[in-house]
Amino acid sequence: MIDATATAASPSASTPPSVLRVPEHTVEIVSDSGEGAQKCGQIFAAVSAKMGNGVWTVEIIPAEVQPPPRVPEGASGNRVRVGSGPVTNWGDQTNLVVAFNEQVLLSRHRVGGLAEDAILLIEEMWATSDDPAVVAQWDAAMEELSSKSYRIIRVPMQEQCLTLVDNPRKGKNMFALGVLARIYGRDMDRIRDQIGHAFRKKSEAVYTTNVSLLELGYHWAEQHIDFRIDIPLEPMDTPLVVMNGNEAIGMGAVAAGFEICAMYPITPATSVSHYLSEVFERFGGIVHQSEDEIAAAGVAIGASYAGKVALTITSGPGLALKTEFLGLAIMTETPLVLVDVQRGGPSTGLPTKVEQSDLLAALYGQPGDAPHVVIAPATIEECFHVMVTARRIAETFRTVVMVLSDANLATGVSPFPRPTLDARWQAAPIDLAPVAEGDKPYDWDLETGLSRRIVPGQPAGMFTLTGLSHDEGSKVAYSSGIHQKSSAMRSRKLAVLQSLLAPPPVHGDEEGELLVVGWGSTKGAIEEAVDRTRAEGLKVSSVHLRFLSPLEPGLKAIFARFRQVVAVEINYSDDPDDPFINEENRRRGQLAMLLRSATLVDIDSWTRVPGEPLRPASIAETIRQRVHSGGAA
Amino acid sequence: MSLSCHLLHVLQPEEADNQYEMTSYEGAQARWCPGCGDHSVLTAVQKLLTAEQLIPEQTVFVSGIGCSSRFPHYLKTYGFHGIHGRALPVSTGVKLHRPELNVFTVMGDGDCTSIGAAHWIHALRYNLDLTVLLLDNGIYGLTKKQTSPTTPQGLKTNTQPKGSFLPALNPLAVSLGVTNASFVAQTAEWAPAHLYATLRAAYRHKGTSFVRILQRCPVFTPEVFQAAVQDPARIVLLVHDDGVVTPELNRIYSSQIHHDPGDIATARRLAEADDHIHLGVFFRDQSRPRYEETRKVTPRSPNERMSRLEEEFDRYAV
Repeated sequence: MIDATATAASPSASTPPSVLRVPEHTVEIVSDSGEGAQKCGQIFAAVSAKMGNGVWTVEIIPAEVQPPPRVPEGASGNRVRVGSGPVTNWGDQTNLVVAFNEQVLLSRHRVGGLAEDAILLIEEMWATSDDPAVVAQWDAAMEELSSKSYRIIRVPMQEQCLTLVDNPRKGKNMFALGVLARIYGRDMDRIRDQIGHAFRKKSEAVYTTNVSLLELGYHWAEQHIDFRIDIPLEPMDTPLVVMNGNEAIGMGAVAAGFEICAMYPITPATSVSHYLSEVFERFGGIVHQSEDEIAAAGVAIGASYAGKVALTITSGPGLALKTEFLGLAIMTETPLVLVDVQRGGPSTGLPTKVEQSDLLAALYGQPGDAPHVVIAPATIEECFHVMVTARRIAETFRTVVMVLSDANLATGVSPFPRPTLDARWQAAPIDLAPVAEGDKPYDWDLETGLSRRIVPGQPAGMFTLTGLSHDEGSKVAYSSGIHQKSSAMRSRKLAVLQSLLAPPPVHGDEEGELLVVGWGSTKGAIEEAVDRTRAEGLKVSSVHLRFLSPLEPGLKAIFARFRQVVAVEINYSDDPDDPFINEENRRRGQLAMLLRSATLVDIDSWTRVPGEPLRPASIAETIRQRVHSGGAA
Repeated sequence: MSLSCHLLHVLQPEEADNQYEMTSYEGAQARWCPGCGDHSVLTAVQKLLTAEQLIPEQTVFVSGIGCSSRFPHYLKTYGFHGIHGRALPVSTGVKLHRPELNVFTVMGDGDCTSIGAAHWIHALRYNLDLTVLLLDNGIYGLTKKQTSPTTPQGLKTNTQPKGSFLPALNPLAVSLGVTNASFVAQTAEWAPAHLYATLRAAYRHKGTSFVRILQRCPVFTPEVFQAAVQDPARIVLLVHDDGVVTPELNRIYSSQIHHDPGDIATARRLAEADDHIHLGVFFRDQSRPRYEETRKVTPRSPNERMSRLEEEFDRYAV
């Protein structure tokens, strides 16, 4: 239904609004940069979570820091998926948009993310602008939007806000929040609390004005919007916290007892250091911003060698630069935790967009044989806990642990159960018993490859650590026997770690037609797609890997119980139907390559690099195609 | 309950009841070529360690890659023989975490002024309490005679066989141009008394003390400093109570300038002068901020951290 010409629907006060009861709804709030749509979206999401809805928020970020006003590429705001139960991913299409001008609305239309029947609430002041160019843009936009069956509702935001404030540019976001609160039945007391929290550093007057604008929007919607949307609440008993994946990594670093994070600015990893820079000193830690990516790795390794395990964070290009130092840490068995928040690549690639294409570089990027641990959190909650795991493994196994997050987790915001802290997470497993004369810095246990770590300051422990091939005493040794032995000792540790892991749980039945294998941030979308297609009767299950090196045990046995196995990832692979592509030259996704080599199972690959998270609907579609074709390509 | 909060305490030096001799600091047999300047630097360093009675296990020598970077292996202290050009970031990490350790950094000219140039500049600016030795023989030795940034222009090498193309980089001038640099000196391995006195002044300086040590490579560049070795008149000593004073050298090096290391303008002029080789402390300023002091934080026990983390969760509570 197109309602572009009429002003807002004006139901008489006596007509009760129609109530649309839905299991989930996805809402976007978009404005020019600086108009506060993000704050509106954040409060809407936080209050929805507090009331008992599941929530997954992603930021809509303009490509430039200060884009000009009223241009599609300047769209700034939030996309909030709200559901009855837990929401594990950003979902599919947007159902309702609040836009502060028609140009930012166009940008959302053009990326194809809006549902065919989406409801669009649009600030109407531009339609009657004194500037004929603006009116012409408005008309052209309405024409373009008419290609879909959107329901367009004009909202007099400016006009309404002017009744309360002189400069509505700073107030429309609260008016919009009020409109959304009425439509979605959000608890106004909780919203007022949240506004108080958001403006806690501002004056009482600021709070009062914002609340007045909120209430103005609420009452306007009460009188002028003829529908309500009801997403049933399922409040959880457990206390929740809400944050994005990078904040979770930062908090996890604190919980794990790290005391230094050495970094160099790079998107999308840097916000971990923003969080830590704000709080770390209160915990006795520091963020050291190095002169470059290489130095950040070096400072972390130096600190770790000196007795504490340090953290360095980066994204793809930085991982490349740190490579030589990573080899040194592995060779010298110096514990180190590196977080790679992946973005699109290669090269500068897509700095703000999600991709999972650093997997093979993380696993095999270091020249020489350089065995180390690679783990990937699958949820925002796991971003917190993975840091504790990573530090513990790095110290126990005297090795490098790489943590592969990505831009989807980094910027996604979703609540999760408040972690129960354990002070043991912080204990340093450094054996400070006196070093006896003759004790060696690489006194490898011949079965496990594990050895005691000696740190500077310990009398009788003095040795020179070296990246050259070395014997148990860290003496430079080029003999073939020593190199064979030390290589085996470093490699053995991975097998020992694997022996401590359990096979991954299967989501769905233990056997069936198709098994989807994923890793990292795609877990929510993959499992939602599996659930949808299982509900359609398809015999599909999924497995999600956290450990990429060593791989979790038992994979081959799990794969054998399914007729087809497909790895689903956000990295590039050749489509088998593309020109020149055949079975011998087809480049598969990175996890598929890894699993094929590890298991000799004919694992297929379905990957996309759209610069955005995978949608459950696209994964479900590939599941259907594969099940229906019976595995025939 | 946790070791982590007590780590530094546990590793504090005990009362030194033993007297350290030169031999206390001897590591593996040095394997540099006969006549290599590295030998005399090693001897001077061992003499310094003995004179200062540095506790071996409280002392760390960090190096990069190159002939000179074998240095830590030949000492009986803790050592970190890392990767090419990157000794300074490692030293930074060690010192940031363990400020009580004596941290020395040993680099060659390729290490410091070429592949590691970014770290060199920034380490001078951080001004952690590090003693940094640049063993400058003007050539890549370990990889066999390639041009380094400090190779004299025209000197024939395996990578520039018609003669090195560019004028040599001046490490003193570069160092003196870095904001917050606090100690810049030059000495020569063939003047052991001066070398020792300079190393001692460098060690005693609080902050990053950068010492360029001129030295000969008998295999690849025996001629580079030959004239200065044979003719002491080519050398001018910078003397000052706040720098180094070596009266025992007065007879050999009669050409001396009374240079106040607080005078940065004169220091820069002397560093740029190419008529003579100046040895001594060019610049010294004890008042410059030191990074490890600036970044000092109060250590927190695991329990303190956990209760503060609960407050953080409150901030993010739904």
